[in-house]
Amino acid sequence: MKLKVALAQINTVLGGVEKNLEKHLKYIEEARQEGAELIVFPELSLTGYVLQDIVPTVAHHPEPSDPIFHELLEASLGIDVMVGFVEEDQRNRFYISAAYLSAGKTLDVHHKTYLPTYGLFDEGRFFARGDSVHAFETRYGRVGILICEEFWHASPPYLLWLDGADIFLFHSASPGRGLPGTDEPGEMGRLASSRWVDDITRAYAGLFTSFVVHTNRVGFEDGLNFWGGAAVYSPDGIPLVHGPQHQEALIYAELDLNQLHRTRARLPLLRDEQTDLTLRELNRILNHRKD
Amino acid sequence: MAQSEVKSSFPKENSGRAMADLTIDTDLARKILTGFIRTEITRAGFQNAVIGLSGGVDSALACFLAAEALGPDHVLALRMPYRSSSQDSMDDAKSVIDALGVHTDTIEITAMVEPLIQHFPDMDNRRKGNIMARQRMIILFDQSEAFKGLVVGTGNKTEILLGYSTWYGDSACSLNPLGDLYKAQIRQLGKVMGVPEVILNKAPSADLWQGQTDEGELGFTYDQADRLLYLLIDQRFTPEECVEAGFGETFVRQVIQRVRRNQFKRVLPPIAKLSNRTVGYDFLYLRDWGT
Repeated sequence: MKLKVALAQINTVLGGVEKNLEKHLKYIEEARQEGAELIVFPELSLTGYVLQDIVPTVAHHPEPSDPIFHELLEASLGIDVMVGFVEEDQRNRFYISAAYLSAGKTLDVHHKTYLPTYGLFDEGRFFARGDSVHAFETRYGRVGILICEEFWHASPPYLLWLDGADIFLFHSASPGRGLPGTDEPGEMGRLASSRWVDDITRAYAGLFTSFVVHTNRVGFEDGLNFWGGAAVYSPDGIPLVHGPQHQEALIYAELDLNQLHRTRARLPLLRDEQTDLTLRELNRILNHRKD
Repeated sequence: MAQSEVKSSFPKENSGRAMADLTIDTDLARKILTGFIRTEITRAGFQNAVIGLSGGVDSALACFLAAEALGPDHVLALRMPYRSSSQDSMDDAKSVIDALGVHTDTIEITAMVEPLIQHFPDMDNRRKGNIMARQRMIILFDQSEAFKGLVVGTGNKTEILLGYSTWYGDSACSLNPLGDLYKAQIRQLGKVMGVPEVILNKAPSADLWQGQTDEGELGFTYDQADRLLYLLIDQRFTPEECVEAGFGETFVRQVIQRVRRNQFKRVLPPIAKLSNRTVGYDFLYLRDWGT
């Protein structure tokens, strides 16, 4: 069984949800015509990233009654769609969110659980933290969503793996930083942040013998640049596609889902994973730690 | 104004809906703002303030605050007329100087700006006004060196939000005690501090040409702008809620657009991030670092 995935590493208008929606619809249609079955947009793809006080004015609900999602849900009749947006819950907390739309329905909504609030990041100042990491069923298998900082931590991808995800859908709005120096001749042409994200997403594919699909945005917001570089890795950790750096693009990868069988037959990491041991040790550590 | 009178004019707690009441506790504001001026100037190693006096209420209030904070002997008030500046402005500024007994000088800018203005025969009033504002900035910062003091800014919250100022012109300063007071609140505090009545009551004007008023240029009154901005910014009303509160839809849209389009005047120019530590993004210290 094969799955054709489109990765839309787009630029966005900061706070311009309707303009961003137009671009989404354009790329969704293009990907559908190319025969893709899923298109993945970057983190906060409907709003832009450094929202600050814009946050309360760009929140939407992934339901047919919402004018923005009404159109996206309609577009999802022809192709599954993963978008990034701001969701406001019933008690007025705002979340960095990702919605998975399929056949006119919202299959899943994920709220970002790790909000970087250090260095150049200030997400914890403006957003509430999500409280769930989970996998869910789609028409081509079980998948899970993580947003940017969440996969800088090892535990959320691990949880997705144990919850049955065979395809990890990652997306980011990753600000570029760290120009390579002359002491790193092998790293010329891309930033340290780009290399790091590539390294860890590739590692997850291999460690969890699963597909990793990652879409990151491009463009500038004030002095921040976003580096693009969307990528897909096979369960063997082999790169299937790499998007260009710092350039808007719609790229495609064909996932041979039978590779899960072949890789896991060779390398039964999932079979041998000792979750009981992990849980036991976690309980011991949490109950006895002295910090 | 006595404390009890101020409190009696605050909206009742159970009045049902937030109101655009701009009444402030002037005694407390006066105490904080004089403390701010004194502390921030002395900790930077100075004892003196330099202020450009236009004859308007903002610079008059800044001068009263600085004289109270530092003593009149530590304040230099400069009048910097252009040849078309009105005699009333000069006289009103003089009344502030006389009332306070601060140091003063009058430096006419006509001979400084005229060569540049003459160089472009078709120059419009906006360009001329910007040149004059920036010439005054040059004089203020030169005099701050000569007088060994810091330039105290005179921009109020209304004009900062509306962007009604010249970038690197009248908005340039070393510290600004007035930037969180709406125009109506400037008048309240000015009245309490003894700013002459004639200044409190006259129509605000940049005095760039005869008969010019801020309100004529803006197309609405400060009173309207103050109340709308108070709801939009301080009370976080949505545009729709402002219309429900009685403001015209076009006016609301016009003001929101002005606030947004002039954001560039309220922030430092963005530095393009390249490294892992960038001034403004992840190199973060207050100006008072170490003092």
